[in-house]
Amino acid sequence: MAIVIDKDKCVGCSLCLQNCPFNAITMVDGKAEIGEACTACGTCIDVCPVGAISKEETKKEGVDITQYHGVWVVAEQREGKLQNVAIELLGEGRKLADDLGCELAAVVLGKNVSAIADELGHYGADKVYFADADELEIYTTDAYSKVIYEAVEKYKPEVLLIGATYLGRDLAPALAVRLNTGLTADCTKLEIDKEHMQLMQTRPTFGGNLMATILCPNDRPQMSTVRPGVMAKAEYREDGKAEKIELAATFADGDIRTKVLDVVKAVGETVSLTDAKVIVAGGNGVGGPEGFELLKKLADKLGGTIAASRACVDNGWIDHSYQVGQTGTTVKPALYIACGISGAIQHLAGMQESGQIVAINKNETAPIFEVADYGIVGDLFKVIPAILDELDKRPE
Amino acid sequence: MRIIVCAKQVPDTNDVKIDHKHGTLIRDGVPSILNPDDANGLEAALQIKDEHPDTKVTILTMGPAQAGIMIRECMAMGADEGYILSSRAFAGADTRATSKTLAVGVNHIGGADLIFCGRQAIDGDTAQVGPQLAARLGIPCVTYVQKIEFKDEKTLIVQRQLEDGYQVIEVKLPCLLTAVKELNEPRYMTVKGILDAYDKPLTILDHNDVGMAPEDCGLAASATQVLTSFTPPPKGKGEMLSGTINEMAAYVVKSLTEKHVI
Amino acid sequence: MIFDEKHELIRKLCRDFAEKEFTKEILDEVEETGVFPQDILDKMAKCGFFGTKIPVEYGGQGGDNLAYVIMLEEFCRVSPIASVYANAHNSLGSGPLLNSGTEEQKMKYIPDIASGKKRMAFGLTEPGAGSDAAGSTTIAVEEEDCFVLNGRKSFITMAPLSDYCIVFAKTDITKGNRGISAFIVDLTLPGVSFGKAEKKMGLIGCATTDVILEDVRVPKDCLLGERNKGFINAMKTLDGGRLGVAAQSIGVAQGCVDEAVKYAKERKQFGRPIAKFQAIAFMLADMQTKLSAAKELTYAAAQKKDENTKDAGVYCSMAKYFASESCNEIAGKAVQIHGGYGYTKDYKVERFYRDCRTFTIYEGTSQVQQLVISGNLLK
Repeated sequence: MAIVIDKDKCVGCSLCLQNCPFNAITMVDGKAEIGEACTACGTCIDVCPVGAISKEETKKEGVDITQYHGVWVVAEQREGKLQNVAIELLGEGRKLADDLGCELAAVVLGKNVSAIADELGHYGADKVYFADADELEIYTTDAYSKVIYEAVEKYKPEVLLIGATYLGRDLAPALAVRLNTGLTADCTKLEIDKEHMQLMQTRPTFGGNLMATILCPNDRPQMSTVRPGVMAKAEYREDGKAEKIELAATFADGDIRTKVLDVVKAVGETVSLTDAKVIVAGGNGVGGPEGFELLKKLADKLGGTIAASRACVDNGWIDHSYQVGQTGTTVKPALYIACGISGAIQHLAGMQESGQIVAINKNETAPIFEVADYGIVGDLFKVIPAILDELDKRPE
Repeated sequence: MRIIVCAKQVPDTNDVKIDHKHGTLIRDGVPSILNPDDANGLEAALQIKDEHPDTKVTILTMGPAQAGIMIRECMAMGADEGYILSSRAFAGADTRATSKTLAVGVNHIGGADLIFCGRQAIDGDTAQVGPQLAARLGIPCVTYVQKIEFKDEKTLIVQRQLEDGYQVIEVKLPCLLTAVKELNEPRYMTVKGILDAYDKPLTILDHNDVGMAPEDCGLAASATQVLTSFTPPPKGKGEMLSGTINEMAAYVVKSLTEKHVI
Repeated sequence: MIFDEKHELIRKLCRDFAEKEFTKEILDEVEETGVFPQDILDKMAKCGFFGTKIPVEYGGQGGDNLAYVIMLEEFCRVSPIASVYANAHNSLGSGPLLNSGTEEQKMKYIPDIASGKKRMAFGLTEPGAGSDAAGSTTIAVEEEDCFVLNGRKSFITMAPLSDYCIVFAKTDITKGNRGISAFIVDLTLPGVSFGKAEKKMGLIGCATTDVILEDVRVPKDCLLGERNKGFINAMKTLDGGRLGVAAQSIGVAQGCVDEAVKYAKERKQFGRPIAKFQAIAFMLADMQTKLSAAKELTYAAAQKKDENTKDAGVYCSMAKYFASESCNEIAGKAVQIHGGYGYTKDYKVERFYRDCRTFTIYEGTSQVQQLVISGNLLK
C-alpha cells in the first residue's frame, strides 16, 4: 500500500511535510512529493486538508493463506519454569482463536518439559507441541528456530505469537526470515479483523509517540512479538487438558553455531533515578528520614525507587542524589507518586513529563495536583498503607 | 579484518512532541541523529580497530542521500568508508524488505568478518533488522551484546543481556552482533576527524547498482503493511479522587493496573 | 549564515560534548572549589579542542576561525569557564607564536599547546597599563647570553596553571609602543612568581593572577619575533582574541535566551505563564533579535578572518563590541525574567550574568573597540 499524492488536488500547504514522522516528504514545484524514507505510515493522509493523499493498494503474491489454520503461542520457559508472558500469550491467544474459530496451541521447547506441557493445558491450550532435547535445555537462536521452523512448516498455523522478551525478540526475527513471513515487534494490542479474518497488530513506535496498526495480508503465519505484562493472563483451570504432540528435535553438526558457556544472574542492582520505571518521591510532608521507609516499601513493591524534593535534601533527611527537580535530577518514569510534595515549579520542572502522576497531599490547593493524573487529598501515612493493602490484594 | 557497521539515521525521538489538538507529531526542529545503539556498535568496531590497526571499518546504511552527514559523523569518529543504499524503490520497506536489501548490500560490497548492528532503532523500535540480516546472510547472530572478547582470531566470547542477567556465548566469525548501550561508551568525534572525514570514500548505491529488481525491495517486498497510525490519546485532565482513603487507594491501583503502569 | 556540513558536525560535536560533560554538578563544584576538573580537560584534549584552529603541521586540528567560533559558542552556552580553557590554547596561547615565531620556535612550543599537554599564558596587561599598552613598565635588558626581565604583569588568565607565558617587555624605553618586544618565558625560571589569585566576580574556575618577574634570565632564543616589534604581535593576537570573546558572548546569550524562554513558559503568575504577558514576551523578542544580529556579525567576522580580508580586524572589533554588550543586556533581561529566582544560584542565569560581565572588558574594552572602529572610519 504505497502512499500517493494527487498532484491536482495538492494545494502545497506543506502540512503533510510538517507532520511526517519520518521526514520523507519534500515540496517540489509547490507540490508535495513522497521520498524514499516513507514507511507508508499514513500520518499524512489524515492531516491533508484537501484529501490529496491516499494509499494505493498493491496486490502481490504471497503464500496460499487458506492452508494455514490455528493460533500458536511460543511458551517461553527458563530453567524449567514457565514464564508469565507465556500465560499472557495464552490469554490473548484464546481470544484470537475464538474470534477466528480455530484452535489454540502452545509450543514449548526444552529438556524434560512434559510437566510444562501439562501446565499449558491448564492455561487453556487445546494442543501443546513440545520438543525435548539436551540441546534445547538452554535457549540458542539456531536450535529453537530450527525446531519451531520445522513445526510451523508442517502444521501451518495462521498466527504465531512470541513474547517480546530478550529471548523472544531474538528468536522471532530469525524464525520470520526462515519462514519468509512478516513480523511485528512488541505489540501491545491484537485484534482480529473479522471481515478479512486477519490479525491487526498494534504497537507503539517512535519512542511511544505514535501507535501503528499493522497487517500481514499475504504471508503466513502472521507473526507478532507481544510486550510482556500487557495482555491479561489466561485463567488456570484444573480440568484444562491439552493434546500433546512431540516435535522432532534432531541436530546435525553445525546446526547450532553458538555455544552458551554460562548463564549469570545479576544481583539486585540499584536503580538510577533516570532509569527507574516507577518513582515514589517524598516532600516536606514525609516529616523526617523515617518517613522514607514507608515510601521505600511502596517503591519496592512496585519495582521502583524512592526520590525526594529539595526540601527533604535541605533538611538533611536524604542524600542529594535522590533529589528530583531544577537543582536535582530530571526524571521521566512511567509512574511518579508524589507524597507530601507541594509541587513548587522547581520540582515540577524535574518530573512533569512522567507517564502517570499520582499526587498525595493534605493540602487540596497544592500545585502538584495541577499536573497529577490522580489526586488524593489525604495523609500520606494513611494513604500509602491503603495502597499497599490494595496491591497485596491483587492476584499474583 | 573487515567490519561492517549497519547504521540508521533517525529523528531524535526524545525531542518529538505530540500535538494533541490535531493528533499528530510535532517534528519541527527535531534533529536527525545517528541511532544511539548503532553508535555502540560503531564504538565496538573502532575498539577492535584500535587493537588491530589493519582493521577496516565500513558503515552501511539504507536511507536517503541526506544520511551522508551521519556517515561523515561515523567517519569523524574513525570509520574508514561508507555506503548508502538509496533508491525510491527501497521506500516503505518493513524489516523483511530492509534486511533483504541490507543483505544484498553487504554481499555487494564484499562481505565482512564481523557485522555490528544496534539492538534497535529509536524510531521503529523493532530490534528485528539485525537478526534478520544475519539470518539472510546465513551467519550466526548474537543479539543484545553487552561485552565482547576475542578468544582467538576467529572466535568471540560475548555476553548477551537477559532481563535478569546475561548469557556467556561463544561464537565464531563471521557473525553478526547487535549492540546495547551497556556495551561501551561511544567516543566523540574529533575536530580533525570531522575535517578529514570529507576525504574518505562515501558511495551511494541504488537498487540497480546492487542488482535488485524494484519488486524485490521496499514496499513491494514487505510482508507487513501499516493499516493506520495514530497518536496515543492525550493524557486526560487529571482527576481529583473522592471517597474514603481505602476507596481512593483501590481506585488508583485499579486504574494504574488497567493502564498497565503497574 | 548557512553552515556547511563540516561546521554543522563541529557544532554537533561541541554541543554534545558540552551538554554531556559540563553537567550542573560539575559546574557547581568548579564554582565552589575554583578548580576545573582535569579529567574533563583530558576529554577535551582527546577531541582536539585545544588545537581547533591551530594548523595541522603544528599538531593542531586545522580548523578555521568559523570552527573556532562555533566551539566557543557551544561551550559558552553551557559553561563559559570551560570555554576559557579551550580558548586559552587556540587564541592567546598559540597566537603570538603563529604570528611571529620562527619555524623552530613554532615546532618547539605549539604542538604541546595544541594537544593540551602544555599551556601558554599571555602577559601584556600591567597594573598601570591596561588599555594603554604603551605605558607598560616591564623591561628587558639584553646581556651577553640572555635578556633580563623585570616587572609585573597583572590579570594574567591561568598564569599559575601555565607552563609558559608570552611576556611583553620594553627593550627600548624611549619608544613607547615601538619599543616593546615579546618573550617566551618559561614559568619555572628562577625569579618568576605569581601574585595572589584575583577574587573575580565570574569565570570562577581558572586562577587569574599577577606574574612577577624579578631578574628573570630569559635565553636569547626566546625572543619572539623581531626586537621592538612586540606590540604589533600583541595587537594581531588580540584581533583573534576579540573574535573569541564575540563567540563567547553569543554562546552565553544563547544560553540566557534558552533559559529565559523555558522559565517564562513554566512560571505562572496571576494564573497564567508569565510568557503570556506582553511585558515578558517583548523582552524575549528584544533578546532574540539582538542575539541573532550578534551571531551574524560574529560569523561574518570569522569568515572575513578566514578569507583574510582587509576589514577582518575591524569586523572582529565590531563583533566583540556588539556581541559582548548585547550579551550583557540579554543576560540582564534573563535574570529579570527569572525574578527573585534569577538572583539565586539555583538558576543558570545567575552565573551567566556574572560570567559575561567581563566580556565587555577583557581583551580590549568596549571603549577600545569603539576607538578601533571609529579610527578605521575616520582615518
